[in-house]
Amino acid sequence: MVTPSSKKFLFLTIALALTTAGAIILSTGMGYISISAGEILKVIFSSISNSSSHLNGIDNSIPYVIMDVRLPRILTATLVGAGLAMSGVIYQGILLNPLADPYTLGISSGAAFGASLALLANLTLFNQFSIPLFAFVGAIVTLFVVIHLSTFNGQISANTLILSGVIVGAILSAGISFLKYLADEQVAIIIFWLMGSFISSTWDGVVIIGVAVLIGAIVTLYYGRDLNIMSLGSRSSDALGVETARVRIILLLTASFVTAICVAMTGIIGFIGLIVPHLMRFFVGPDNRKLLPVSAMAGGILLLFADTITRAILPVEVPIGVLTALIGGPFFCVIFRKRQRGGRHE
Amino acid sequence: MNNHPLYDIADISFGYDATPVLQDLSFTLESGKFYGIVGPNGCGKTTLLDLLIGNRIPLSGSVSFKGKIVSSYHRRTLAQQISLVPQEFDTGFGYTVEEIVLMGRHPYISRFASPSAEDWQRVDQAMKTIGIDDLKNRYTNELSGGQKQRTVVARALAQNTDVLIFDEATSSLDVKYSLEIFNVARRLVLDKGRTVIAVIHNLNLAAAYCDKLLFMKDGKIACYGPTAEVMTPETIAGVFDISSKVSHDPYSRTLQVNFRYWD
Repeated sequence: MVTPSSKKFLFLTIALALTTAGAIILSTGMGYISISAGEILKVIFSSISNSSSHLNGIDNSIPYVIMDVRLPRILTATLVGAGLAMSGVIYQGILLNPLADPYTLGISSGAAFGASLALLANLTLFNQFSIPLFAFVGAIVTLFVVIHLSTFNGQISANTLILSGVIVGAILSAGISFLKYLADEQVAIIIFWLMGSFISSTWDGVVIIGVAVLIGAIVTLYYGRDLNIMSLGSRSSDALGVETARVRIILLLTASFVTAICVAMTGIIGFIGLIVPHLMRFFVGPDNRKLLPVSAMAGGILLLFADTITRAILPVEVPIGVLTALIGGPFFCVIFRKRQRGGRHE
Repeated sequence: MNNHPLYDIADISFGYDATPVLQDLSFTLESGKFYGIVGPNGCGKTTLLDLLIGNRIPLSGSVSFKGKIVSSYHRRTLAQQISLVPQEFDTGFGYTVEEIVLMGRHPYISRFASPSAEDWQRVDQAMKTIGIDDLKNRYTNELSGGQKQRTVVARALAQNTDVLIFDEATSSLDVKYSLEIFNVARRLVLDKGRTVIAVIHNLNLAAAYCDKLLFMKDGKIACYGPTAEVMTPETIAGVFDISSKVSHDPYSRTLQVNFRYWD
C-alpha cells in the first residue's frame, strides 16, 4: 500500500542518503589543503579497487591526506552521530518520553566512568579494545543498577527509570571527578577525551563503530513494530502479543551497547541523541521503523557538520562535545518550552 | 480438549510485596457468556484481569485457559485468543486512529510482513462497527477521552479474539456510547459465541448485560452466579454497604437496581 506518508518517507530517506554521501565527500575536501570532489572520488575508487591507475596527475600527499587523515575521522563522526541518534530513538521509544536519551538513563556517564578508569589505569590489556570494553562494562553495569532501582514487583516503571538514571548519573559524575583528581598529571587526557574528540580516529575505530551501529540497526528494526506497540503501555502491549519485558531488555541492552561504543571512541557528545529523533518524528511520525533509519542518517549528517566546523572552519579546534552542547542546548530549551506550553506532543 | 472450561481458576492468591490483593479465589468461566466483575474500588478487580490475561502470575494457585496454564502460552498465541480493553492508554507519541486499530492485528502479522488485505478489512470493519471511521486519520493525542476509548474498543474488535476483556472500558463514555459498546459486545456473545469478561462499576449496566456476575470484596469472591440469582439487595449490601431495591423493570426489560439517594 503506497500511502502519502510512505511516499514522503521514501523521498526523505533518499534525500538524506544523498545528503550523507554528499556531506562526506564535501567535508573530505575541506581543511588545510582543499581537495576537489573529483580527486576525492578518484582516490577513494583507486583504494577500493586497489589500483593506482586513476591517480595520474594527483599530488602524492593527497591520497594520504584523504585515506589516512580525513576519511577515518569523517566516517567516525558520521557513524557516531548515527549511533547516538539511534540510541536516542530506542530510549525515547521505551521510556515514552521524547526528552529521553543516553544521558537521561545515566548510560553515557557509566560508559565515561568505565573509560576514565581504563585511561587512569593506563590499561593496555586488550590493546585498542580496552577503553571500549571498559566503557561497555560501565554502561551495562549502570543500566542494570538503574533498572534494578526502578523495578517493583517484577515490572519496570518508565518514570522511575528516568529518575533512577539521573540519580545514578549524578553519582557517576562525582566518581569521574574523583578519578580526575586521582589522575594528577594525566588529568588532561581524561578531560580532553571527556569533552569529545575525533582527532585520534582510526580505521579500526571506524570498523568497530560501524559494526556496532549495524548490529543496533538490525536488532531495532527487527523489534520495530513491537517498540511501536509498547508506546501504548506494557499492559496493552502484553495483551497485543508483545513480549514487552523481554523486548524492553533487549532493546535497552542494544542501545546501551551502541552508546558505550560511541562514548568509548569519542568521549561524551551530547544532544544528538535527543534532538535528532525529536526533529525527525516531526517529519515521519512516531513509527520507529521509519524513525530509526531517518534519524540515524540525520544524526550522522549533523555530527559531521559540527565536526567539520571545528576541524576546517573555526581557527582553533573546539572540542566537539562543547560545540554540540552549545548548538543543541538552546535548541533543546526551545523544544522543551514549546512542549510545556502546547501540551500537545507532535 | 473441549471438556476444559474456558477458564479454570484454582486457589489463586496474589499480592504486592507484603500486601495481599487476592486471596484463594477459585471459579470457572465458560465460553459464550457475558461475565461481569463487580466490587468496590481497590478490591482487586484489575489485578484479577491481569492474572486472566497472563500479565501477572499468581503467587499461588493456577489460572488455566482452555486446559493450559496461561503463562505457558506464547504471548502471540494468547493475543490471538484474548483481547483487552484497558481503562486508559498512553500514547506518548501521536499515532493515528487507524494505526492504533491496526495494532490489534499485530499478533497475526509476521515480522517484516505488511498487513494483508484481511487485516485491513478487519480494521475497517472494526472502525465502522464502533462508528469511528470518520476519525481514522486523526491523531489519538488530539482526541477526547471518549474517542480514545472507542478507538481502543475498535482495536480489540480488530484483534478478533474469542475472549474480550473490558476493564471499566465504558467508565469515560457517555450513556449513548456506553450502550453502543455494550450492545456490540452483547451481539458478539449472542451471535458468535464469544466470551466477554467485563469489570463494570454501574450495577444497572451489569444487571442488563451480564449472564453471570462475580461480586468481589477485599480480594475475595463475595458471591458468584447467574445475574438473576446474585443481583440482590443482600449481596449489594454485603459488598458495597449500601441499601438498595432490586426489581424487574418493564421499560428496560431487565433487573434494575434503585438506591435511596438522600433523605
